[in-house]
Amino acid sequence: MEEVRLMKGNEVLAEAAIRCGCDGYFGYPITPQSEVLETLMELKPWETTGMVVLQAESEIAAINMLYGGAATGKRVMTSSSSPGISLMSEGLSYLAGAELPCVVVNVQRGGPGLGTIQPSQSDYFQATKAPGHGGFRMIVLAPFSVQEMHDFVGLAFDLAFKYRTPVMILSDGVIGQMMEKVVLGPQQPRWTDEYIAETCMDWALTGKKGRGRNIVTSVDLDPNSHERFNLKLQAKYRNIEENEVRYETVRTDDAEYLLVAYGSAARIGEKVVEMAREEGYRLGLLRPVTLYPFPTGPIEVLSRQVKGILALEMSAGQLIEDVKLASQCRVPAYHYGRTGGVVPSPGEVYEAFKAHFPK
Amino acid sequence: MSEEFKVEIKPENLVYQKPALTTDATMHYCPGCSHGTVHSLIAEVIEEMGIQDSTIGVSPVGCSVFAYNYIDIDWAEAAHGRACALATAMKRLNPGKMVFTYQGDGDLAAIGTGETIHACNRGENIAIIFINNAIYGMTGGQMAPTTLVGMKTATTPEGRRVDLHGYPFKIAEMLTHLDGVSYITRQSVNNPVNVRRAKKAIRKGFEKAMAGKGTSFIEIVATCNSGWKLSPVEANRWMEEHMHPVYPLGDLKDI
Repeated sequence: MEEVRLMKGNEVLAEAAIRCGCDGYFGYPITPQSEVLETLMELKPWETTGMVVLQAESEIAAINMLYGGAATGKRVMTSSSSPGISLMSEGLSYLAGAELPCVVVNVQRGGPGLGTIQPSQSDYFQATKAPGHGGFRMIVLAPFSVQEMHDFVGLAFDLAFKYRTPVMILSDGVIGQMMEKVVLGPQQPRWTDEYIAETCMDWALTGKKGRGRNIVTSVDLDPNSHERFNLKLQAKYRNIEENEVRYETVRTDDAEYLLVAYGSAARIGEKVVEMAREEGYRLGLLRPVTLYPFPTGPIEVLSRQVKGILALEMSAGQLIEDVKLASQCRVPAYHYGRTGGVVPSPGEVYEAFKAHFPK
Repeated sequence: MSEEFKVEIKPENLVYQKPALTTDATMHYCPGCSHGTVHSLIAEVIEEMGIQDSTIGVSPVGCSVFAYNYIDIDWAEAAHGRACALATAMKRLNPGKMVFTYQGDGDLAAIGTGETIHACNRGENIAIIFINNAIYGMTGGQMAPTTLVGMKTATTPEGRRVDLHGYPFKIAEMLTHLDGVSYITRQSVNNPVNVRRAKKAIRKGFEKAMAGKGTSFIEIVATCNSGWKLSPVEANRWMEEHMHPVYPLGDLKDI
């Protein structure tokens, strides 16, 4: 029988981590996601599944704890919010450079700087284009419900190990703080040391018993061999782009206009579609579920069908750049957004839509 | 050669040899540098403890970034200063493993001060090998937190001035105040006696970490003859005359 509960998005992240057999969580408190660490400390998974939970001294330490844990083949995770993610940039680059799997959650708040504790989507560029130095990518999943906060933890671990890459769950203060019904998954066992030693034999630091030694590193001073490594990484990213694009559509079959929005903005977008349809606009919604890899193909196809596109996001305009590239500017594409922690109402978005696309 | 000094090359007469865990890779360290000696001691300790299949080393950023090329165990190379954060998670997730970090003075006592202090304060059951040669070797001889007052480096061309740069950082002394650390010692590898003492200290530190006694911190006052612009012999002498008085050798804490 399935287990249904009413839970906060942040609490669900903790619950899902335990249930999917996560080995270790390392984090530092920051609003609006501190409930993740608090919930884990209350649930005490070290007494049940053996999962390690540690409050680190900083986000810098937390991401490097992930590097250490991931290097031993363990399934490790952290969560933070925008300013804390900036502190993790260096570590993310090292994780990508050493091809280590891990899950990082960003429950975004408004910036720049210390900014605000209210929800925002202003870290889109950072997450999808340059999470750190050196030209690497991470898979970015964008949940739009508490249920997806649950489901994406397990998915993120699967993808992280499939491609040996950091995976980010890019959420925001709305999804993190709101309560919804959620169906919880069954308790999965943690991987045994024997299983890790066997399945991650060619890279994980499990002790060199029965094999040659493994070295986890991102340094290579020979430019030619380091370029070969970069090309290998790029081949991995092309593979990810080919196989891992995820998105959802709402009423796009007959759409004359297209709204593109992810995460909590897509929740607002769903309402805007309803409002527009009531007044005779054939508006549809495309919701990128993976922000990297971006659903370029599906938007390209829809851009041949519609008369115009509106990208809705809680930022000054970041997603819109990928929408324009995907649609190849075939039709007019506009941005609507609010910043600094302001969540737009469906009414104001609809008004903006009508202003761009009058009947 | 007279009969009485006839050399007998027999296995039973062999006193020293390359540790079995030392790889055949050509070392990148300058001739005269202490790193090679300390690497050998670590390799010997791991071998003698029989833990080569269950030991994970963490190398830093600095001259010893490539420490993983020389000792035949599993290794991770950390971001600058973050070795103790890596080691924390490695050990907590793998309590049966021996986890140690190998860090220089810039890595451990400048950019990684926070990670070092907090790992020690939590009493992580790891061993920290701290190579203090009072200079940044890899980047070309800049001032380290442990650079002596008056000591010339690439960024203190007229010598370290207290009014500009503060004082040599005695981090081992500072760490003695933290309850999580069970063993703090300062050693050097400037002569055979001290080499043997340093080896004993490393072994003790490893054993305490494995016994779950908390953090072990083994500082090795070391030479950087290239950075100091001295010959290996002169560097050893300079270290004894100038470094050892500021960084006196011996145990600082053992509980």
